[in-house]
Amino acid sequence: MNLFCVGISHHTAKVETRESYGARQSEEAFRAESGCTEALMLATCNRVEVYGCAEVSVATEQITRWLARGVAEPPGDASAFYRYEGEECVRHLFRVAAGLDSMVIGETDILGQVKRAYAAARESRSVGPLLHRLFQRAFRVAKQVRTRTDITRGAVSVGSVAVDLAVKIFGDLRDRRVLILGAGEASERTARALSSRGVTDIRVSNRSFERAESLAGLVRGRAISFQQWPVQCREIDILISSTAAGEPLLTRDILAPLIRERSDRPLFIIDIAVPRDVAPEVNEMDGVFLYDIDSLQSIADQSLALRRQHIAAGEEIIAEHVTDFRTWFGRANDEPAPASPRVLAEPALRPSEL
Amino acid sequence: MDRQLLIASTLCYLMALVRTLLAARARIALHGRFNFFAIGAGFLFQTAFLSVRGHALGRCPLTNLFEVFIFLAWSVALIYLMVGPTYRLSLMGAFTAPLVFALQTFALLAPIDVPHQTRLPANPWLEFHASVSMIAYGAFALACVAGVMYLVQERQLKTHQLHSIFYHLPPLTNLFAAITRLLWLGFALYSAGLISGFFTGGPLPRLKMICAFGVWLFYGAILQGRHLRWFAPKRVAALCVLAFSAAISVLWAINFVSQSRPL
Repeated sequence: MNLFCVGISHHTAKVETRESYGARQSEEAFRAESGCTEALMLATCNRVEVYGCAEVSVATEQITRWLARGVAEPPGDASAFYRYEGEECVRHLFRVAAGLDSMVIGETDILGQVKRAYAAARESRSVGPLLHRLFQRAFRVAKQVRTRTDITRGAVSVGSVAVDLAVKIFGDLRDRRVLILGAGEASERTARALSSRGVTDIRVSNRSFERAESLAGLVRGRAISFQQWPVQCREIDILISSTAAGEPLLTRDILAPLIRERSDRPLFIIDIAVPRDVAPEVNEMDGVFLYDIDSLQSIADQSLALRRQHIAAGEEIIAEHVTDFRTWFGRANDEPAPASPRVLAEPALRPSEL
Repeated sequence: MDRQLLIASTLCYLMALVRTLLAARARIALHGRFNFFAIGAGFLFQTAFLSVRGHALGRCPLTNLFEVFIFLAWSVALIYLMVGPTYRLSLMGAFTAPLVFALQTFALLAPIDVPHQTRLPANPWLEFHASVSMIAYGAFALACVAGVMYLVQERQLKTHQLHSIFYHLPPLTNLFAAITRLLWLGFALYSAGLISGFFTGGPLPRLKMICAFGVWLFYGAILQGRHLRWFAPKRVAALCVLAFSAAISVLWAINFVSQSRPL
């Protein structure tokens, strides 16, 4: 029995090539045409892959032609396709499911996408005992890599870094008060991210009160007049600033008397304005944590570097499972193969697993 | 027999310590559950040791410096087991295990387990005074551990240099809440220990009283400063570390002057 994977991904092709291929027909049709006993299609924004097993070898060209079928535009460069067989195919799937092969290393969305692809193939009865075993193992591997290494730790985008830092400072964000200074797009994105983590008290202040009201409506907050924003520093926990002011709006001298009136709650300031709205020396004040756009980006880069350091640990876990799977596969290959993919007796994936 | 129980306990703490070091070295995620169970097992062996020793002595096992160290280590583990899960301070186990391991290893290796020539009479007030004071020291030790965790995290947040450990530390505000509660718990127990000291019946050594009141005043000043918001959370965390270092030195001094009269 040949176990293989043919695919194209962000590693081998640009988006204009990748978009020429896709899973536009069912796996059942592919099985009937290719002679595969089992097949599964994984299509995400960064990759299109076919996992299959067949008694005889299925040519890569046959698969790429099938993947390009039904596209109005002529297909892109087919040489960008890769092919893994046997053990390498197993290793590749485990790496994909664990997020080691992703554009953003350690991202966890891919596991959900693999689970959905598996559920769809199972629905269409294209998954038999081999792919079932392979994918179940892949889910286990992904979980182990995620829990036993720091591969998913740390946020890798500016917005998520800001939210992660807020959580590290305050824990639960539900009772926290946020002031948005400047009703720009960047503020809106960060406010939305905080809102998605449970923040309900959002105040918006802008030179144009209409724009403040407009953004407040979008994030279910309330507008504050621009003259009032410094006073708000007595109450708020998080300040997101992104005005177009040419000089710092918040300096140590302005903040010091306001901080004195606060209790010992920390103040987290996210200054995403260029030029900066908050004077850097504000960060030296006790209980104040100031992050500008560069420091947020630097943490995102640090997180990514940290994740890269954990690749080796992830690969070790994967290697153990590949060996296990190879042993099982060797034994299974010695047994007589079923005539057609069996309908598996295991229950379908629960929605929470997808 | 009792020393074997103590060795088993020390090995449990060593396991937690080694696992933390290996995880840190291999950059693997730290799991509080292992540390929690290792410390739990170590605590059970410690309790068994104290029970066996207590039965043999016919009184609370606080008759020499060796027993004082073990009782202190037991108190630290007790407070951790009570506080750690409540405040989800799982990583605190990674900080607690080395402290307890160091205390017990020193107690086992140093020639300080000197039995008294005569069997000491039971004195409930004295035993209450000593044991409650030791548990208070356990709370102060944990406040010190939480203080170190706070300072590490605060430093990384200020400098924008977030290392692997940062992602395992509890949120800053939760840590500070834990520090405050541990300080209050320790202070209340220490006060009870001090008051009960007046009912022990014997003469009160002057130096011992001065040292004990010094520690009490130090912690009282931290709590008062915290209550009146004189001290920022960072300063409170730093003072917790300083106060425990001073308190442990005082404990040593108290035992030194108490050699003629056991606790």
